[in-house]
Amino acid sequence: MQFRRLTAFFISSVLTIGFTFSHAADLRVGVGADITSMDPHFVNLFPNNGVAEHIYSKLVTLDSDSRLIPDLAESWKTIDPTTWEFKLRKGVKFHDGSDFTAADVVFSLERVGKIPNSPGPFTVYTKAIASSEVVDNYTIRFKTAAPYPLLPNDLSTIYILSKKVAANATTEDFNAGKVNIGTGPFKFVEFKRGDRVELARNETYWGKKPAWERVTLRILPNDPTRLAALLSGDVDAIENIPTPDLAKIKANPNLSTFTKTSHRIIFFHLDQLHDQTPFATDKDGKDLDKNPFKDLRVRQAISKAIDRDAINSRVMEGLSLPTGNLVPSPMFGHVPGLTPEKYDLEGAKKLLAEAGFPNGFNLTLHAPNNRYVNDDQIAQAVAQMLTRAGITTKVVTMPMGVYLGHASKLEYSMAMLGWGASTGESSSALRPLLATYAPEKGLGSFNWGRYSNPAMDTVLAKAMSTIDDKEREALLQRAATLAMKDIGLVPLHHQINTWATRKGVVYTPRTDEYTLSQEFQPK
Amino acid sequence: MLTIILRRMSESLFVLLLMSLLVFAGVYAIGNPVDLLISPDATPQDIEQVTKALGLDKPLWVQYGYFIVQVFRGDLGHSFLVGTPAIELLLSKMPATMELAVAAMLMASIVGIPLGLIAGLKSDSWIGKTIMTASIFGFSLPTFWVGLVFIMFFSVELGWLPSSGRGPTSIVLGIPVSFLSWEGLRHLLLPALNLALFKLALIIRLTRAGTQEALMQDYVRFARAKGLSQTRIIGVHVLKNILIPIVTVIGLEFGSVIAFSIVTESIFAWPGMGKLLIDSINGLDRPVIVAYLCLIVVFFVVINLAVDLIYALLDPRVRFGASAK
Repeated sequence: MQFRRLTAFFISSVLTIGFTFSHAADLRVGVGADITSMDPHFVNLFPNNGVAEHIYSKLVTLDSDSRLIPDLAESWKTIDPTTWEFKLRKGVKFHDGSDFTAADVVFSLERVGKIPNSPGPFTVYTKAIASSEVVDNYTIRFKTAAPYPLLPNDLSTIYILSKKVAANATTEDFNAGKVNIGTGPFKFVEFKRGDRVELARNETYWGKKPAWERVTLRILPNDPTRLAALLSGDVDAIENIPTPDLAKIKANPNLSTFTKTSHRIIFFHLDQLHDQTPFATDKDGKDLDKNPFKDLRVRQAISKAIDRDAINSRVMEGLSLPTGNLVPSPMFGHVPGLTPEKYDLEGAKKLLAEAGFPNGFNLTLHAPNNRYVNDDQIAQAVAQMLTRAGITTKVVTMPMGVYLGHASKLEYSMAMLGWGASTGESSSALRPLLATYAPEKGLGSFNWGRYSNPAMDTVLAKAMSTIDDKEREALLQRAATLAMKDIGLVPLHHQINTWATRKGVVYTPRTDEYTLSQEFQPK
Repeated sequence: MLTIILRRMSESLFVLLLMSLLVFAGVYAIGNPVDLLISPDATPQDIEQVTKALGLDKPLWVQYGYFIVQVFRGDLGHSFLVGTPAIELLLSKMPATMELAVAAMLMASIVGIPLGLIAGLKSDSWIGKTIMTASIFGFSLPTFWVGLVFIMFFSVELGWLPSSGRGPTSIVLGIPVSFLSWEGLRHLLLPALNLALFKLALIIRLTRAGTQEALMQDYVRFARAKGLSQTRIIGVHVLKNILIPIVTVIGLEFGSVIAFSIVTESIFAWPGMGKLLIDSINGLDRPVIVAYLCLIVVFFVVINLAVDLIYALLDPRVRFGASAK
């Protein structure tokens, strides 16, 4: 009797509260990483920027293919080699109703350098500006110390705040939601740390108005949890579908999936600095008398021994694009001629023999295990492939926080890294990863292999002082071709970004990995 | 009484000092958080400049000394990742974790003690055996798996309860709580149950063992001979005697529920301190890690003290023994 009453209670409560459908004009999105700050200038962290992209605008922005397009600036050009002029959009209003002018731009660029205690400041992208000059309310000029073609790319990372509202605002004011006024498609409503961000449509947005009146970004870093939230209807869309579940999601008639090649490339650095590399020995475990990776043939052999298609189908469930490039097509600097190295086991063995390693050698491969999609499984697969070619390979993986410190001290022989060309052109990969290490020039900061090719350096330097886009792209393509033919690093694949939505919601997938509510549409 | 409290406090100070030193050295050895957080396009100079600004370029002992000085000023440092004071960050997350922990312990005790009593009294009947068998599952099934099964079953398949997150909160005595609204309770049920299961099994087993032992004791036989009702024997005499070990365990387990609700919080996206700790460890956010662990040490000390005080209330021997000295 009691039990029956209990059952009745359950059923009635299910009928009344079990199915709470959200309002049609609301969108709830499950995002996959924690959001640490609401101050868009505090730290250059991807998840934080993902929220800022909703509320604030930039002078220049990237389209879904990571090509530069106008945002708050209508056009930009160089007046002389060291002066850039930006024409600003007229009639743009901040969320509080005030007008957007050049003074807000100057203020925002200056604020970036004044944030206390930032562990990852945006100053990296403003330091090229030697001085700025407001010509009139809608024209602004930036002087650079030397010709600097990447200024528009750099400025695509800086969010513009209202000078009037944010003049004395601290990071804590932003976290408390007191001063979050921008010009973006959504207005800030509420931030519950570790839980959610609430947004409302900006009815006076100058561009295409979003389809949603209210948006909730739920913070769901745990993969099964995020997926369960979508399956149970708690959210309408999620980013980063866990790879093991992809097939099931695709088969589910109530869900849609969206994919796009990411700007992120996964690759391996090979130690080309030390005369004896720390983690390679001969087959008996004794030190080698030379560093095999200094020999181009060994580097080629490694690249040939890796079956990128097998990794794509077995490890990545199809969510990777095997590559021989640094950036995917159609990004600025992509080289159509650089195709992924073909799997050629015999060729690899032959090259190893020619290089004086007919029996191969022993190697330990290092990789992070919590940073990139399936990073530890990829390392395992690559190790087995190398072992088949004669390079008996062990794998050591560790969390990124531990890994990064060791790898940047050049302690490893073969180390995995992922790189996203976040400003939308290939020099943002070429300069840190492949240029000869020169800290004073800001080059080679992540060149863990210490690959060095003076010919490539010269071409890259020329590209970096060439303002003309066509000419510069040709130079960047030449630099990339030189370095990649030389196997300066061993490219593996570009990740493929994924989104899943409930039927009836469509997304325009993006190369830069951002999940933007304004890009979701009801069907 | 006062001496007990004072002695406990001085002991815990030592533990705090030791623990903070260990965490400091540990996180220091792992690496520089700036490497993780700075823009990929940053030059080594940029990294050096930021490292300096955060004081991370100094040797370990200088950083630790500075930390200790600041602690005496009541400042546990600013979070690197978030920029706000670490303790403020923790305190803002504490109500959510406490709410979950209290709900879980309440569930475990309210359900566990009666079930344990029944299992102890009727250990040979099918009901006693069923309870004991069920408690084995509570013990042996891993929390994260049970949590996922809960979500799959109650949220995805049946659609009865929300799959994750915390419901709307209302302010009570300055603390945001979610258990006062229906929506909040619906969000709370699954994670609290998930967290309670292991403790529930533990309490059932403890109560059962205690009951069985007590039933053999002379005082129970005398009570029976005296003609007292079964309800009074169990409800007053047996229960009071077996409560001492149970209170101890509930107390200690309450501490561990707060400290280790991490798994449940991650799976149910519950915005509590456990989730914050995981994020802080991944981001090498040392001030938050240190502050979190300090807070947990303080919790354990306070809980142990409370347990001791409750002993005195429950057990006359403790009360009179203390004053006889």
